[in-house]
Amino acid sequence: MHPALSVIVFTTLSGIGFGLMSLLGIGLGGDGLAFRWTAVVLAYGFAVIGLLSSVAHLKSPGRAIYAFSQWRSSWLSREGVLSILTLGVFGLWALAYLFMDRNIGALGILAAVLAVVTVYSTSMVYAQLRTVPHWATWLTPAVFLAFGAAGGLMLLATLLSVFGEEGARPVAQFALLALVIAWVVKAAWWQRAAKTTLVAAGSGIGEATGLGRIGRVRAFEPPHTSPNYLMREMAFEVGRKRARALRRVAIGAGVVLPLFLVILAVYLPIATAALLLLALVSHIAGMLAERWLFFAEARHAVASFYGIGQADGDVAFL
Amino acid sequence: MTTLPQTTNRKLGLVIDLDVCVGCHACAVACKEWNTGAYGAPLSDMDAYGAEPSGTWLNRVHSYEVKPEDKPAQIVHFPRSCLHCEDAPCVTVCPTGASYKRSEDGIVLVNEDRCMGCGLCAWACPYGAREMDMDAGVMKKCTLCVDRIYNDHIPQEDRVPSCVRTCPANARHFGDFADPDSAVSRMVAERGGYDLMPEQGTRPVNKYLQPRPKVDAMPAGEGCGKHDAHAPATPGGLLGWLDRALAALD
Ligand code: SF4
Ligand code: SF4
Ligand code: SF4
Repeated sequence: MHPALSVIVFTTLSGIGFGLMSLLGIGLGGDGLAFRWTAVVLAYGFAVIGLLSSVAHLKSPGRAIYAFSQWRSSWLSREGVLSILTLGVFGLWALAYLFMDRNIGALGILAAVLAVVTVYSTSMVYAQLRTVPHWATWLTPAVFLAFGAAGGLMLLATLLSVFGEEGARPVAQFALLALVIAWVVKAAWWQRAAKTTLVAAGSGIGEATGLGRIGRVRAFEPPHTSPNYLMREMAFEVGRKRARALRRVAIGAGVVLPLFLVILAVYLPIATAALLLLALVSHIAGMLAERWLFFAEARHAVASFYGIGQADGDVAFL
Repeated sequence: MTTLPQTTNRKLGLVIDLDVCVGCHACAVACKEWNTGAYGAPLSDMDAYGAEPSGTWLNRVHSYEVKPEDKPAQIVHFPRSCLHCEDAPCVTVCPTGASYKRSEDGIVLVNEDRCMGCGLCAWACPYGAREMDMDAGVMKKCTLCVDRIYNDHIPQEDRVPSCVRTCPANARHFGDFADPDSAVSRMVAERGGYDLMPEQGTRPVNKYLQPRPKVDAMPAGEGCGKHDAHAPATPGGLLGWLDRALAALD
């Protein structure tokens, strides 16, 4: 699948933003005014930048308003509705938190639950697609939710530490745990993906054309002489060669380095804030690589009509 | 509404006969021609005279080589357009309500005034039947020529999809699959019409007919002489007399 930058940025940032929102909502934030403002602005900012970049991906963004109408059937519509609801409820909670010095527990918890459900609905936009065997698994929502939690916790720990609030240490410890869990889930996702080729999923060239019942099928002549929308969007083959290298970047920057830095931050009494900030930046860089692979490595059933992605398996875990 | 109708009164669609398709692409061209001047935005082309021309088409013709276990390879031409699926995933994923399936005849359409060009429906379709129009920024797909089949302003014989009307080999047939006695239903029953990628659970309305098995290649050592059955029979009467007379002079 074509790894559109707007969608990569959107899924990564909005996951972290909604993650932070739900942590603030359940009352894990600090007390200082500087912390509160920064945390609320960042949570909102990440989510809103994410949502805006997803709108940038539309060909007719002027009609995006209709996307709130089909929540009964469409996960993408549900995602839109839930995002706005979450931003609204969290916004109300934040008003009290910022201006009235009050943490309205019920509202905060509602915002937290809505944030989690929003991230879930984002993941279901992909997980619902039977046409993309890599994505069509419950592991996809698990990955999105686990990364949202890990990213949110790391951001929260960093902020608490930067503003000298209490609780940075235990939150950083939770972040460690969440990071490990998230990458274990992702490893399982990758393991499954390596086995889930188009042919294995029953969507190879033989089934696509139905000619497999006669014999071995090979694409002989394509219908057009230069790549079209389908090939650019769904039979994306550029950069697959570099998948292995990118996977190492994702693991190195996304988990190995952050783990190391967060452990240092938790158990060394110096430069905690700087270490956590560095860990967070590294984690986000790793996540962008992970999301790039999420799209670029995933094959769509329509590739089978073009004889693409039939024989070779996908890159193994490392 | 992007929820699917429980049932449709009729199930209009196409039968595509891979046994007779000659891969001439006439259906693709006729489709492009009709739909550029008909339903919705015209089908645009980008970089039409440049190095990498690319355009919106609702029907594409692939060619495949199929190699049976014990026989020579054969070429099969394969037109691909929307199958107007009963469980159309392209419809249910659409967030705006632009994509819908009609309850009266099962045709799957895009209301372009509501489409925001997110492209998710094209991701949901296993058959590559939807293409984004890069000029209009809306999703395009086969309309089953809804503006021909019910059109009182054109002669009766033209009230079929453009691709069907054009095909010189008669490889495309249009009809109602809900009626077991329709020509398309009978064709499917007789020839074992099949679904593409049934594991996707889309329940396509359009059916494909597979190529008939090829006659065995000539056994080794037998020349053309053995194939007298194909030579014209020796004529009788006046023509026969002439034939024999000419043979004597030969
Ligand atoms: S062929 Fe594709 S576009 Fe047409 S109805 Fe089926 S899923 Fe939708
Ligand atoms: S591209 Fe248009 S028709 Fe397709 S899912 Fe998006 S809004 Fe619906
Ligand atoms: S039915 Fe009409 S729109 Fe559909 S492929 Fe044929 S000519 Fe094109």
